[in-house]
Amino acid sequence: MLPGMMMRLLAAHKPAVLAIVVLQLLQTTANLLLPTLNAAIIDDGIVAGNTDLILRLGGWMAGIAAVQVAAALAAGYFSANVAMKLGRQLRQELFAKVQALSSQEVGTFGVPSLVTRATNDVQQIQALAVLVFTMLVAAPAMGIGGIVLALNQDVVLSGIVVAIVPVLVLIMYLIVRRLVPLYREGQILIDRISRVLREQIIGANVIRAFVRQAHEARRFAVVNRELTRNNLQSALLVAGMLPLIMIVVNLSSVAVVWFGGHRIQAGDMRLGALTAFIAYILQILIAIMMAMYVLMTAPRAAACAERIQAVLDTRPAIADPAISRAGLPHAQRTAGGTVEFRDVTFAYPGAEAPVLDRISFTASPGTFTAIIGSTGSGKSTLLNLLPRFLDATSGEVLIGGHNVKSLPLHFLRNSMSLVPQRAYLFSGTVAENLRIAAPDASDQDLLRALRTAQAEDFVRELPDGLHAPVSQGGTNFSGGQRQRLCIARALLRDAPVYLFDDSLSALDYTTDARLRVALAPLTRRSTVIIVAERIATILDAGLILVLDKGRLVAQGTHSELMRTSTVYQEIAASQLALGGRV
Amino acid sequence: MTATANTTTTTATAVAVPGPSAWATSRRLLGLLRPVRWRMLAAVAATCAFVALNVSAPKLLGDATDVVVDGVFGGTFNQQKLAALLLLVAVMYLGASVFSWVQGAVTATAVQRVGYRLRASVEGKLHRLPSAHFDEQRRGDVLSRATNDVDNISQALNQLLNQLILSVLMLLGALSMMLWLSPLLAAIALVTVPFSTAVTVLVARKSQTHFSEQWSTTGELNAHLEEYITGHEVLKAFGRQGMATETFTNSNDRLFRTSARAQYVSGAVQPLLVFVSNLNYIAVAVVGALQVTAGAMTIGGVQAFIQFSRLFSQPIGQIGGMLTLMQSCIASAERVFALLDAKEIPRDGTERAGAEQVGTDQAGPEGADPEGPAVAGGRVVFDAVTFGYNSGLPVVRDLSFTAEPGQTVAIVGHTGAGKTTMVNLLMRFYELDSGRITIDGVDIAGRGRDELRSMIGMVLQDAWVFTGSIRENIEYGRPGASDADILAAAEATLVDHFVRSLPDGYGTVLGNDGDSLSQGQRQLITIARAQLAGRSILVLDEATSSVDTRTEVQIRQAMQRLRQGRTSFVIAHRLSTVRDADLILVMDHGRIVEHGNHQQLLAANGPYSRLYDAQFSGREDALRAGESGQ
Repeated sequence: MLPGMMMRLLAAHKPAVLAIVVLQLLQTTANLLLPTLNAAIIDDGIVAGNTDLILRLGGWMAGIAAVQVAAALAAGYFSANVAMKLGRQLRQELFAKVQALSSQEVGTFGVPSLVTRATNDVQQIQALAVLVFTMLVAAPAMGIGGIVLALNQDVVLSGIVVAIVPVLVLIMYLIVRRLVPLYREGQILIDRISRVLREQIIGANVIRAFVRQAHEARRFAVVNRELTRNNLQSALLVAGMLPLIMIVVNLSSVAVVWFGGHRIQAGDMRLGALTAFIAYILQILIAIMMAMYVLMTAPRAAACAERIQAVLDTRPAIADPAISRAGLPHAQRTAGGTVEFRDVTFAYPGAEAPVLDRISFTASPGTFTAIIGSTGSGKSTLLNLLPRFLDATSGEVLIGGHNVKSLPLHFLRNSMSLVPQRAYLFSGTVAENLRIAAPDASDQDLLRALRTAQAEDFVRELPDGLHAPVSQGGTNFSGGQRQRLCIARALLRDAPVYLFDDSLSALDYTTDARLRVALAPLTRRSTVIIVAERIATILDAGLILVLDKGRLVAQGTHSELMRTSTVYQEIAASQLALGGRV
Repeated sequence: MTATANTTTTTATAVAVPGPSAWATSRRLLGLLRPVRWRMLAAVAATCAFVALNVSAPKLLGDATDVVVDGVFGGTFNQQKLAALLLLVAVMYLGASVFSWVQGAVTATAVQRVGYRLRASVEGKLHRLPSAHFDEQRRGDVLSRATNDVDNISQALNQLLNQLILSVLMLLGALSMMLWLSPLLAAIALVTVPFSTAVTVLVARKSQTHFSEQWSTTGELNAHLEEYITGHEVLKAFGRQGMATETFTNSNDRLFRTSARAQYVSGAVQPLLVFVSNLNYIAVAVVGALQVTAGAMTIGGVQAFIQFSRLFSQPIGQIGGMLTLMQSCIASAERVFALLDAKEIPRDGTERAGAEQVGTDQAGPEGADPEGPAVAGGRVVFDAVTFGYNSGLPVVRDLSFTAEPGQTVAIVGHTGAGKTTMVNLLMRFYELDSGRITIDGVDIAGRGRDELRSMIGMVLQDAWVFTGSIRENIEYGRPGASDADILAAAEATLVDHFVRSLPDGYGTVLGNDGDSLSQGQRQLITIARAQLAGRSILVLDEATSSVDTRTEVQIRQAMQRLRQGRTSFVIAHRLSTVRDADLILVMDHGRIVEHGNHQQLLAANGPYSRLYDAQFSGREDALRAGESGQ
């Protein structure tokens, strides 16, 4: 998975990668030439007593060192650049993918995990890329170069060098094999750390109210301990790697002197070769240590690559239909936003009971359609089928006569304006949040929408008015204020269909009543569907759908339903009991 | 959302300016090692042994080479001596590896402990930060500090401690051996030290800024991601993925640029140092060769010396290479320390004792019977309370009222009138600007926060559930509650009703902010939690706003029982609870404009009556009409 991902990403940077390889080879060659020239100094200079030659060879060595540093610096520049570009691309791909996923799909990964994958996991891959560029090219070159030069000096003695290579490979293989699962688990534990902390931040007030800080600390400590234990295990494995490699390489240099000494005595080998050999062994040791560095990082990066790939490989259940751009039904807007459900059933995969069971109804422009029913009766699910946050399991959802699945997503979603159940605001300012719905809206437009949403007064009272800061999630506003800002946001968009998902629950009744009066003009030209809890909110609705346990048990106007529907009567009675005058 | 990007940019650059703080941060980082100092000492001792062996072995290997050389030039090849020498070298190398392993293992253990503590203190800090901190700081950035930055610190520390000690000792070891072998050659080798230092310092100065920027941009990116993924449905609904992508791409590009620069600049140290050390190597080789020709040194001596000069310059190069790590580590540490140093809620004298009490998790009157009327509720007095989230803009002005023990006080008024703020003040999530609040005559500012909160049960509009089973979520109100108690609380609040239909019942694990439940179901769970907690004062802030009315009617009795004998504060738009309240406070723009009970207020024909009429005028008849038609 990791190599595949690397190859795919590197394909776009072929020239730079080629430059890195060439430069690294150049600097490695230069590095290898230095001990060779040193051997020449001993054999041809010292033994012959040739001072001139010693100095001349020294000069050569200096020149080679200069080439080496230049090549290394250039290679470093390209490596940093390409490695960080890989990271940037992975993050961008992840972000694009996550945006295409449905809530359910996001939910299977979890928000904290997705965030970790896009930052921490990508960083590990980036770090590996840097190491690969600086070391993996140089290390085999140095290692192989060292072996070749050793062979050049004395074939028999090189047997020792050749013999240690498989031993080292085996050691590394054994360690790395155990590291991969550890690192995989480690990344999951980071997700969990992040999840616990995120919950603690979101629920800070509740935790404090119930004085459960100590409990939270323990909950965190459990994950923290697990992460620490996991990190320690992998760190201990890594710590064992270096001593093992050192002992193998060092013992082989002892063997070189022993066998080399005998060969020199026998006249099979020159004296300088022995010194050079020791240098080569050192060279090979360094090469192996470099490779080890990469190998230490690789298992973690491999675990991260799997996690990133898992997100990238997720095929969003809801995707744009494959239709030609020219075939866009532009007449759509004028055709208006009639919403029709034909025998729609929705069930979560693997669930026994459907959330929505064979629902059919038509909501026309100019009418105000309300959906009522108890908590968990499927109201929000029904609404979520329209912008295709979810897709119907069977049956057809039509808007303006077109099946929603046949329309391009951006087009479909542009034709409706939604107030979600969770009034979510982004950090920024009030104006920025409103302009999410209409980027080009003027301040006048914003104020008008705020006025309709009954939010103008409190926004005007803020010190910075429209430019007052909003904290993440809108936590610096009350629940009711947040809902009204979300309503204003939705109103800024001129759409054939408006969807209000239980958006009035946090409003006090007076505000609710005023809001509905202000919304009346909207209802005349568009299709408005409101999920509501209060009957008072929906008395004027042209069509009321009564949902009970996923089934549409009744539809009609308030007075019709009061006569015909038991469920509706119960709801009405409950509200009377809760709200009526004594 | 360009303005957001701008503000974050300015903070990013503000953070990125490295000052003398880099040193302070390093010192503080070292301070983290204090608790593991004995381990570190053991690691240093192991390293010393390793270096001693690793440094003397090449000298003996050089002697062995001389035995070979003697064989060539002197004619007699002393095989016994060679064998003995090489055996000794082999044993020394073996020992070196053992010590190296000990050092690595001890360091790893120590560093992981440091990482553990660092994460634990970040988590502990979260509980001591004022609520206002979370309004200002984006979640994703805080999370990034606790994960990305701490991870970076412990990875870097591990490598640094492993290699830094080793490198420094190798440096000293090699130096002393060189001095012993040939003071002249040692002097040549030492010439490189100032060069190496100069190179390192110059590069370090340049790259620190880039590293700071790299990690603050990572935090910023984390924040964007966390926010956009959490709100992805809104972005989709309005087709604004493009805008989100743009903001993200900007941060992503900036992260690319700063990381590439940091990497490149700091990565330049190593090649430069290798160059310096190569020049040194050449000088040693040439001068050494000339010395041999002059008869001042043996070939074996030169060979050993070259090996030492390699051993000498290699750690210099490594120390330079570690610069990258060190700087990246400092940049992350600065961010973590900044979080740890953030202004905390001022401590109150009793906090200490409270915290210890909490440690045993039996704080407060939790032993109270959750079902029966609890401990007689407290008498709560608000006395001329004034408060504003932003100074100079009071949300609550000069507020005074008294809630007698066991009374239910309803707070009504338009959205934004300051109702939730009163709850925040009673719970001491925020501190008053002026005035005071007392419970049974004791100023709450004088009580420990935890002690205060242990007296109060709270249900908020934003129903918070955590990752865990439904049972655990209910039990949160009273740790260690029996299954029977939990079931009783769940039954009374109708949680039991929907839990039974779930395949795993009370064991159903809620994940992703409780997405699998509806808002109303989450609220019911939080009500069950408060029910179980059985505190003497109760705060219900729009506790049933998302619960459908049929369900609410059904839990009404439970709610009444919950309030019985407790001093309760109720904020609700549905006037059912308000109607029965002993005291209704009508708020407008942070002031109490009217107070009294339902009948009194209706009779007064003031704001309350208008509020009430707006809610019911005309509607009631319609509803009643239906009822009679039933």
